[in-house]
Amino acid sequence: MTVIRVPLSWLNDFVDIHDLDPIELAERLTLAGLEVEHIRWVGLNPSPRYHVPPERMDEADGLPWEQDKIFVGEIIRTERHPDADRLLLATVEYGGPKPMTIITGAPNLRPGDTMIKIAFAVIGARLVDPYADSYKTMVLKAGKIRGIQSEGMACSEKELGISEEHEGIILLPVNAPVGMSLADYMGDAVLEMDLTPNLARNLNILGVAREVAALYDRPLKRSQVELASLAGIVHPEEMPRPQGPAAPFTRIVIEDPDLCPRYTATLIRDVEIGPSPGWVQDRLRKAGVRPISNIVDATNYVMLEWGQPTHAFDYDLLVERARQALAESDDSSGRSLRSTPEGLTEPVLPTIIMRRARPGEKMTTLDGVERQLTTDMLMITDTLGPIAVGGVMGGLETEVNEHTRNVLLEAAAFDYINNRRTSQALRLPSEATARFSKGISPEMTVPAGQRCARMMADLAAGTVVEGIEDCYPLPQPSVQVEITPAEVRRILGMDVPAAQMRDILQRLEFTVEDVESATAPQGAETAPLRVTVPWFRLDVSIPADLIEEIVRVIGYDTLPTTLMDDALPPQWRNWALEGREQVRDLLMGAGLQDSISYALIGPEMNRKLLAAQGEPVYDALASRAPADALLPLILDPATLVRLENPLTPATDRLRSTLLGSMLNALAANLRTVGRVALFEIGKVYWPLPGELLPAEPEHVAIALAGPREAGAWLNRNDTLMDFFDLKGVVEELLERLGLLGDVRFEPAIHPLFGPKAAQALLKGRPIGVLGEVHPAVRRAFDLPDQRAAVAELRLAPLAAAASARQKMRPLSSFPAIKEDLALLVDESVTAEQVEQAIRQGGGSLLRQVTLFDVYRGKQVPAGKKSLAYALTFQADDKTLKDADVEKVRRRIVARLGQTVGAELRA
Amino acid sequence: MQDLQRVRDEAMAGLAAAGDEAALEAWRIQYLGRKGQVLELLRAIPDLPADERPSFGQAANALKGELTAAFDERQQVVAQAKLAAELAAEGVDVTLPGRRPQLGRLHPSTQTLREIYDIFAVMGFQVYTSPDVETDQYNFELLNMPPGHPARDMWDTFYTTTPGVIMRTHTSPGQIHAMRDLGPDKPIRVILPGMCYRYEQVTARSEMMFHQVEGLAIGRNITMADLKGVIVEFANQIYGAGRKLRFRCSHFPFTEPSVEADVDCILCGGKGCAVCKYTGWLEIMGAGMVHPTVLRNGGYDPGEWSGFAFGMGPERITMLKHGITDIRYFFGNDVRFLEQFG
Repeated sequence: MTVIRVPLSWLNDFVDIHDLDPIELAERLTLAGLEVEHIRWVGLNPSPRYHVPPERMDEADGLPWEQDKIFVGEIIRTERHPDADRLLLATVEYGGPKPMTIITGAPNLRPGDTMIKIAFAVIGARLVDPYADSYKTMVLKAGKIRGIQSEGMACSEKELGISEEHEGIILLPVNAPVGMSLADYMGDAVLEMDLTPNLARNLNILGVAREVAALYDRPLKRSQVELASLAGIVHPEEMPRPQGPAAPFTRIVIEDPDLCPRYTATLIRDVEIGPSPGWVQDRLRKAGVRPISNIVDATNYVMLEWGQPTHAFDYDLLVERARQALAESDDSSGRSLRSTPEGLTEPVLPTIIMRRARPGEKMTTLDGVERQLTTDMLMITDTLGPIAVGGVMGGLETEVNEHTRNVLLEAAAFDYINNRRTSQALRLPSEATARFSKGISPEMTVPAGQRCARMMADLAAGTVVEGIEDCYPLPQPSVQVEITPAEVRRILGMDVPAAQMRDILQRLEFTVEDVESATAPQGAETAPLRVTVPWFRLDVSIPADLIEEIVRVIGYDTLPTTLMDDALPPQWRNWALEGREQVRDLLMGAGLQDSISYALIGPEMNRKLLAAQGEPVYDALASRAPADALLPLILDPATLVRLENPLTPATDRLRSTLLGSMLNALAANLRTVGRVALFEIGKVYWPLPGELLPAEPEHVAIALAGPREAGAWLNRNDTLMDFFDLKGVVEELLERLGLLGDVRFEPAIHPLFGPKAAQALLKGRPIGVLGEVHPAVRRAFDLPDQRAAVAELRLAPLAAAASARQKMRPLSSFPAIKEDLALLVDESVTAEQVEQAIRQGGGSLLRQVTLFDVYRGKQVPAGKKSLAYALTFQADDKTLKDADVEKVRRRIVARLGQTVGAELRA
Repeated sequence: MQDLQRVRDEAMAGLAAAGDEAALEAWRIQYLGRKGQVLELLRAIPDLPADERPSFGQAANALKGELTAAFDERQQVVAQAKLAAELAAEGVDVTLPGRRPQLGRLHPSTQTLREIYDIFAVMGFQVYTSPDVETDQYNFELLNMPPGHPARDMWDTFYTTTPGVIMRTHTSPGQIHAMRDLGPDKPIRVILPGMCYRYEQVTARSEMMFHQVEGLAIGRNITMADLKGVIVEFANQIYGAGRKLRFRCSHFPFTEPSVEADVDCILCGGKGCAVCKYTGWLEIMGAGMVHPTVLRNGGYDPGEWSGFAFGMGPERITMLKHGITDIRYFFGNDVRFLEQFG
């Protein structure tokens, strides 16, 4: 996106817009694709449609000059303030009933001055406060200085919001009509447009004017001779070819036409370098460009007006360099001086050579920086070496300067892709590159170069040498596109009559011819049109481009609103998505907050995760199928997917586990709240050996810290959440997905966790880990010195379960019998083993096994523990008798004894 | 008979005085119990002269019936009084906070994404996803932006250290993936949600990471008017009925014609406010007709097939809906922010 500023006064040079409301104009341009981001009012008063209230208007909005408070005034008398040496009293006519007296300290007024036209503001006018640190408006108040009342103010440019200039007051031309409101006299507004890269043709006043002319069907004003000469020309082939000069002043050699299809040069003699006149400076400033000197200003002015960047060389310096190069080659060839047969010294002509930079070549650009060039950059060179980076920036050595007398003006065309690359490689974004890198027609070089040369001569009292040196090895081809009303209808869903298409395209300066076709006679409404693209449009090459031209001029508001009646594509159940969202809902139901964290981390993240043990957990995935990798996968930071251009070192690579960001979130939240229960479903990025792109599996992370219940008067439970709170969430999730029966938990040894950690295996394959964070890791993440439990699970096996249907178990109508069973087992025996033995012994009548107590201590021998279970027995077909239950119970006890050595506790 | 009258008077007085269950029970024993006064009277009948026996017996039985009925009635009254007292004792300060279950919430972006899925599902769009880490080829080249193309400047790109591999700057590469996967020669209607990355300074208004939802419809009879219809429908569903929509001509290399879609500002109704920068319009998505080159790259003949595509930012939609002024809250994971929604 490129920003340009278009002063309406300048635009009016090319198309009559004086009757248009700037807001309406801005809207029309915006809807047609030339987005007006902002209007800056430089005096002109907005229409009532403008919504920003005056007191909210900022520097970017500008300052409208109130019609009834700011006028063209005339100082009729100037005298010293009787009591202040440096102040003046001026009497001002401004069209009011009687003249007013003002007190001023303006350095550009002297006692005795009379008949001086000024910008005059009366008390109550809103002006820019010239003394405020930043932009601020103020309302002019009556003031008394040493006994004398000042009734108004002679304004500076700064006070009127025109520029930063506050040295003196504005002096208006002598013919300025006294009493006219200043806004009517010289009010302006600037359209600030942000243009998409396809609009290279519109990055200038003339380009915007062409657009306005087409949209409003108004003629383009062709008052400039260069523009008048192009009237009606569409084909690039028809563009006038320039005459060469009577006496050559330079030679042009293009060695790489692919990068520089055209180069033209004009010579302007006997210029006097100095400042530009005020109107040029004013326009440049409004367009956002700082005035420098008449020659430089002329190049900028024409670039802003025509869109063609040009470059001014000091011609005499080029001649001098050519002479120097000649001398060097003569030295090396042993000759002393080159002479004509008559003995006269042959005039030395510079030779401008466009070529790729040579290996190792360097050049100092006019910003004073020495640039290292590479062989894919197009250079403007002469026989001595580089003098400019083509279409990017000129060289310091041949720049115009205050002593310049003769100017060689370059107007050239460059390959837009190469130009963009060069500017990016050198980190040299320039106004020239902003235009060249989006594509400018080589045909623009001659008329814009002529316009610039004429302007230089005008502004600097020089003369343009007749004739243009033109080297044009790669002419621009003519582009023709055929389009039918049927195609327009197919894409837009709206009929556009051929006559309307023709009219719109012609307004945009395309030429349109009828084509004979097999199905429609020439000239019929359905017949194809052959459209020739005008030479200044490089962005149109296919029918779709023309369709956009047509619809944007007609206006998208005419496009109907329809519901698709195309065939409905096959629909499918998206189980991956449904499964993921089901997991999300279950975790939310378990009381956890859904969260999303940055996928970008810094190298320190994995080091913090490994604070308890320095070594990465897995250095590479090569040895292990990613689906079986143990979680959390904490890789060596060096092996993660890394960014070439990170914003910050802390966001320079992609995470391989969710737990780093989860622990960060936990730590940040525990600083403000006491209890945190979070989860995240997000991607991790695992580089795969031999693959261009990483694996991006989605994982689920869970984090719990703080008291089990949020502190409240009813149910205070300050016990901190621990491993089993976390495991409970995981079990509930698995249970609800119908997976719990197939999942086993085994102790996990992982440096992230302390001893309370488990790995979950689904049918033997690892699906995740859960555990209490190792104290060293807690410290590394700045977590409070209290328990924190985290889990990371693979989403895929969980989501896959979403499509599985859980089968209903019949409900028994016979009574259930409950019995308790207290056992004594070795410490090494796990609850899983005991439950397995109970279930095996219990068979189909045992319906439920609930562990309700784990006890160690008195009455339990050392090295043993007591487990107490509540067992529920039930049959589907009968009421169980005590004898039935007793039989099963004996089987259970026997099984427990055989498999885990359990004894019944008395 | 006088005894009867005396017992009756005493009993009725005693009953009226019995105010709780214990007193009632004592009264019952005293008068109606096995050794109670009424039975004592009945037991005394054989001692009476024979001619008095029938009438006394009758009267005594009547008294027993009367006292029993009175007792039942009194018992109910006392029970009710007791219940009332008990209930009165249980009165609470109903303004005390209730016992709240601990429920989680969905991230505001998740909520908006689900809304988007639902709205488009009704129109036959299904969810299709593609990778975050993408090739330059899919992110740019196949979308009609060859290397060096100036339009690439529209997306500030994170490059990885692997040449040709970048963080996707938009969900548009999913268009090519979807066409190549679901096509050719079949109509397509998908939305492509996903995380995108931009090399942009993180400020209140711009993030380096954000969601995008791309939409793609391909068919033999898909027009720009249909695109307008789909966007109007979406805008009405997500921002409320009666939204005005306008298309502005814009430019994306992978659509032609290209537009930006604006709705009338949901905060000021189009009158102009700080949120819509006094324009009355809010930009909600970029869209356009799929560029013929992109259709071709996806395996579709642009002479026969046409399609539209659009892309929107769920975080932006969420910000508008909830009046969130700083996009950095979304991935900061501050529960004080997250707990405000849903």
